[in-house]
Amino acid sequence: MRVKVGGEEEEIVAKVEEISGQNIMLCYQCGQCSASCPMADYMDLIPSRVMKMLQLGMVDDVFKANTMWICATCLKCSVMCPKDIDVAAVMEALRQIVLRRNEEYLSLGKISKDRIEELPQIALIASARKMTP
Amino acid sequence: MRVGVFICHCGINIASVVDVERVAKEIEKHPDVVYVTTYKYMCSDPGQELIKREIKEHQLDAVVVAACSPHMHEKTFRDAAKEAALNPYRVEIANIREHVSWVHEDREKATKKAIKIVRSVVEKVIRDVPLEPISVDVTRRCLVIGGGIAGIQAALDVAEAGYEVILVEKGPSIGGHMAQLSETFPTLDCSQCILTPKMVAVSRHPRIKILTLSEVEEVTGYVGNFHVVIKRKPRFVDENLCTACGDCEKVCPVFVPNEFDMGLSLRRAIYIPFPQAVPSSYVIDINSCLGLEPLICGKCAEKCEANAINYDDKGGRIEVDVGAIIVATGYELYGKENFPEYGYGQYEDVVTGLEFERLLSATGPTGGELRRPSDWKVPKTVVFIQCVGSRDPDNHKPYCSKICCMYTAKHAMLYKHRVPDGKAYIFYIDIRAGGKDYEEFVHRAMEEERITYIRGRVSKVFREGDKLVVWGVDTLAGKKVEVHADMVVLATAIVPSEGTRDVAEKLKCATDENGFLKEAHPKLRPVESLNTGVYYCGVAQGPKDIPETVAQASAAAAKAIDILSQPKLYHEPTVAVVDGDKCTGCKTCVSICPFNAIRFNEELKRAEVNSALCEGCGSCAVACPSGAITATNIRDDQVIEMVKSVLQEA
Repeated sequence: MRVKVGGEEEEIVAKVEEISGQNIMLCYQCGQCSASCPMADYMDLIPSRVMKMLQLGMVDDVFKANTMWICATCLKCSVMCPKDIDVAAVMEALRQIVLRRNEEYLSLGKISKDRIEELPQIALIASARKMTP
Repeated sequence: MRVGVFICHCGINIASVVDVERVAKEIEKHPDVVYVTTYKYMCSDPGQELIKREIKEHQLDAVVVAACSPHMHEKTFRDAAKEAALNPYRVEIANIREHVSWVHEDREKATKKAIKIVRSVVEKVIRDVPLEPISVDVTRRCLVIGGGIAGIQAALDVAEAGYEVILVEKGPSIGGHMAQLSETFPTLDCSQCILTPKMVAVSRHPRIKILTLSEVEEVTGYVGNFHVVIKRKPRFVDENLCTACGDCEKVCPVFVPNEFDMGLSLRRAIYIPFPQAVPSSYVIDINSCLGLEPLICGKCAEKCEANAINYDDKGGRIEVDVGAIIVATGYELYGKENFPEYGYGQYEDVVTGLEFERLLSATGPTGGELRRPSDWKVPKTVVFIQCVGSRDPDNHKPYCSKICCMYTAKHAMLYKHRVPDGKAYIFYIDIRAGGKDYEEFVHRAMEEERITYIRGRVSKVFREGDKLVVWGVDTLAGKKVEVHADMVVLATAIVPSEGTRDVAEKLKCATDENGFLKEAHPKLRPVESLNTGVYYCGVAQGPKDIPETVAQASAAAAKAIDILSQPKLYHEPTVAVVDGDKCTGCKTCVSICPFNAIRFNEELKRAEVNSALCEGCGSCAVACPSGAITATNIRDDQVIEMVKSVLQEA
């Protein structure tokens, strides 16, 4: 399917920039973030591709991907970026936008009581926040 | 004969394949060879000293250096011999590197071949006659062909050095494509503002003569002494009388598309190409003017107070002698009709880079306000497509046009300056911004102006309502993309101008497979042609931007000045000689000579060689049916002995 470039999606990109405080257009696709990322192998879209898709306003594809949830916020990408983009902050901004939609991804009620008791509380909080059921 | 043979190892270049010591031993057996040695680097200073020392020590009267191609070091070794008081034409090179070690692996066979080659050159050198270079006078005047920024810079440099310059321009004004540009990367200074001072300098220079509406018709002669015939087309307006008041233009009833604005505006049949034109004079376009038939029109002549209009102007023919020639014939855009997939010609709002320049320019049809040609509305979304026709070996041109990455970034940036709320998209394959401050410029376009770069080609541009739909891909996102644009700008390939082909033919200059002028050496002789005394600069030699063009123009000027400043020029004496008694007057040689060096003397009924023109190729000597022509120092007797020697076992 062809993705129409230059639509209202750009407002979402502007929001990502506002939350993260980063200029998405600084990215020139060198790939250093993806090369450095310890989790990139587990991501649907590698971090540099997320940056490119944001530049083009392809936000639907970005939100569909697991990238931002796999991100461990280790900050390697932000440290290595030659253009000084805080890529981890961009990932956080993406997570914030989804979280603010207040959709329930992890239904605690559906987890059996035994299992809840078994799991450490911190894991439940983390997965509720990161939406990795 | 006392021949010395010097065999070079060339480090391991020769010695790793050829057994140089064995070659030395074999060559020593030749009765005329009195001295043989090998050395690691013969071209080094100690190597040359060795040759000089042994020439004196052994009283050598001929030398063979077995080394690399004569193109590399023939001059080095001949100069060394000259210092040792040996006639330099008694030094010959046996090429055992390019012809042996670099092309063979079998040591035994390669060594045998090297022995045969060296031995045959010994046979040649013992039959060589000592020669003196031929000296010729120099005409201290330079011809510059093409009045764009390259020709302007070259003309100014040569004139400033104190020599006369004839600047020939095909069009009615000098300035070239640079005069059409709005602003220039990466500094964004106005193109005309930086060009016009140079145009004025050319027009005021006492040693520069500008010939506009002129073309070189014929070139004969040789370095230092070219004879040039220039054809001047009629202007119909006396450029010395015309005050450029513009009264004539106002009354002219004929409107035609304005070439300077790439056809985006109209001009009259009598017009001035652009306000800063040099010469500052009107010109009549003969193809559209009605006034040449005074009964029909003649309005402009009636109105002209300066009486500058002359319908009887017939043009003229100018003959001039020059010592050096600089070719600066420039470029044009690759035919836009070649891209039906991008809707060029179908949709008015699909334009080329040069058309976009005119739409941005303060002297353009919109006075610098950006509007699209179809309805003169301000476009809110503009798509720029790079590599249109460039880097497409299968369908169009294989080369990179080099300037498009930068001018497209500039276009998009200027568009954003004119229309701050507009959106600009650039489709690209690679960004090639390899000049000083260029990379930073492109980053500025991306980061500050927020121009969206989309990595991929465009497959199709088509109309939907009043929008142009652009279908392409972004290979980095791995998605096909679609942009709805108001205007599309194609960065079409640049190709050598039509004039380049004509001039190359007339000057017998080689061109490459794409029609660009071929330089004598791509790295070490980048502004020289293979014809001594003819130099190149600007895009005619290959795609390049303004800074590079200007640098190359100054380089070409320096080379021309080198020729013009010599008290005498010296020519290789290894030329063809005609034996008048044997010549039957068949003229075979006249037609066969690639350098036009042979003339037929009708009075004496015999061929005569102009030794200053002859390059000693030997074609005539081979073709002459009566054997009347000999090529100095490659005579038949020499060649026969060489062949005999090669046929003997090594």
